[in-house]
Amino acid sequence: MIAADSTFRLDANVVDYLIVVAYFAVVLGIGLLARRQVSSSIDFFLSGRSLPAWVTGLAFVAANLGAVEIMGMSANGAQYGMATAHYFWVGAVPAMLFLGVVMMPFYYGSGVRSVPEFMRKRFGTGAHLVNAVSFAIAQLLIAGINLFLLATIVNRLLGWPLWVSLVVAAIIVLSYTALGGLSAAIYNEVLQFFVIVAALVPLTTIALHKVGGWDGLRERIQPGPEQLSSWPGTDLTGIDNPFWSVVGIVFGLGFVLSFGYWTTNFVEVQRAMAADSISAARRTPIIGAFPKMFIPFVVIIPGMIAAIIVPELAALKGGDAVEGVTYNDAILLLMRDLLPNGMLGIAIAGLLASFMAGMAANISAFNTVFSYDLWQQYVVKDREDDYYTLVGRLATVAATVIAIGTAFIASNYSNLMDYLQTLFGFFNAPLFATFILGMFWKRMTPTAGWTGLVSGTLAAVAVAVLSQDALGGLSLGVLPFSGQGASFAAAGAAFVVDIAVSVAVTTVTVPKPEKQLVGLVYSLTPKESLTDPDQSTMPWYQSPTKLAGIALVIVVIFNVIF
Amino acid sequence: MSEPTTKKTAGAFDIRYIIGGLLGFYGVVLVVVGLFFTSEEDLAKGDGFHVNLWTGIALLVTAAIFGAWARWRPIIVEDS
Repeated sequence: MIAADSTFRLDANVVDYLIVVAYFAVVLGIGLLARRQVSSSIDFFLSGRSLPAWVTGLAFVAANLGAVEIMGMSANGAQYGMATAHYFWVGAVPAMLFLGVVMMPFYYGSGVRSVPEFMRKRFGTGAHLVNAVSFAIAQLLIAGINLFLLATIVNRLLGWPLWVSLVVAAIIVLSYTALGGLSAAIYNEVLQFFVIVAALVPLTTIALHKVGGWDGLRERIQPGPEQLSSWPGTDLTGIDNPFWSVVGIVFGLGFVLSFGYWTTNFVEVQRAMAADSISAARRTPIIGAFPKMFIPFVVIIPGMIAAIIVPELAALKGGDAVEGVTYNDAILLLMRDLLPNGMLGIAIAGLLASFMAGMAANISAFNTVFSYDLWQQYVVKDREDDYYTLVGRLATVAATVIAIGTAFIASNYSNLMDYLQTLFGFFNAPLFATFILGMFWKRMTPTAGWTGLVSGTLAAVAVAVLSQDALGGLSLGVLPFSGQGASFAAAGAAFVVDIAVSVAVTTVTVPKPEKQLVGLVYSLTPKESLTDPDQSTMPWYQSPTKLAGIALVIVVIFNVIF
Repeated sequence: MSEPTTKKTAGAFDIRYIIGGLLGFYGVVLVVVGLFFTSEEDLAKGDGFHVNLWTGIALLVTAAIFGAWARWRPIIVEDS
């Protein structure tokens, strides 16, 4: 599939290259600048907790706006239509608001440096070790997927061999994360956000114009106009009964998978932890929710249009076999057909930027968890600050090299998207169950913490193995779930089993003394320590709850319209 | 303002100047390409739209907004 011959090419010329090169020059420049300001390990790992909320908020969205989001969601849009928007309007946005309003005060207020560290304070070393190790491994695998997709794009655009693309991409990501740490990664994410918007907005506009506006889209979309409405989304879930399809979307995708992903994924939470105050940390995911809810319009809609106006994709959707083209190519094919040189360069720079940002986010989260949660906690304790900053830099180098290896593993999978959703079900769904129970139920014991996590993950693996195809050839096909419906079901099972086991184990084991749980459990934490002292004097646009309310209203309106 | 610690603005290192600078550069390139180097073929590709020209202008406006914002509300850095 990676062979350079059978695929299409984009005709980039010297202007396009100039634009791409300018982008990389600025990215490396930011790394060098940020290096001059890095003085301690808290700077390197958490940006010195000094960034304004709009910067961390955009980084929060951009860290997730990587290869999977842009290629995957436009592919989903081309195939399933508007139902893909559930990943944003039922999935991400409510979860981001919940993170900002309910959970962030505990993360930021307790002064922890990572999500696993929160687990250690709440449940002790058992749950901490399970969480830290599984998170570190997952990040290396996902960084490999990002790197593989990045190299595939370079290969398709420029014709470089895959391994050269891999190594070059890895070196650039490495140089700016190793030099500047989290600040450089975050600043580049913000920059990348604007470049990708500058690429996608004109692309969507031209595509809509070409297809004859919204009415033209409605008339010409195949198999019919039901692709323009997001409910009940039976195509997306693969569940024929509309009622159960809605249940699958709301509970599986909306509640368990998305809340699990957005509230416990350290890649995301780390961005908020770098904010300059508790209210800025709470506003981070909430500010991020606003651009997030508009991303479907510039990612899913171009995908839908691509399936109409790009001949190869239209044929593919019509059921013909097309050589060398998949739904994943929707955005690239649209760029090839619609963008003149110049604009094409910006679109290429935007895509490269977003894939690198995704990988940089994985790596910067990995090196924090590796140095603080594994190395400092279990291997070499009580050394000076500089030592751990050095370990962090070395971990960054090692992670990048390993990611080149995992990228080759990733290149063996043909359905990366389903696979990735299934992995999220394994790791994030049980984590979310344990977190939410641990935050609101002070009796929950340390033993329940790690047994819940382990059994939840096992339950998700069991469902995936029993489903039609969630694990490819490993699945047995006993349960009637397939595609993304299967990962929703696995996540649901993980959540329910985790809760059940945690409650059962708690009744027979000893809880932690209440004194040790202040700041970690809702009922034992004084209200004042969860908000800024000057909260009441802040204007409405700085109040997390009011902003969240506005975001919620908009997203409900979107769900009603589409 | 007489504060005990010395304070200064982040100046050119303000991320908003960097974003504005890059987008502004892209805007200039696109406007030049759009005005002087657009073929009939390019126009047909964009469905008759002057894609480069309009995107270039939009980028220049965005860059100007970032510059104005950074100037209006500079970041204050405390010197230690």
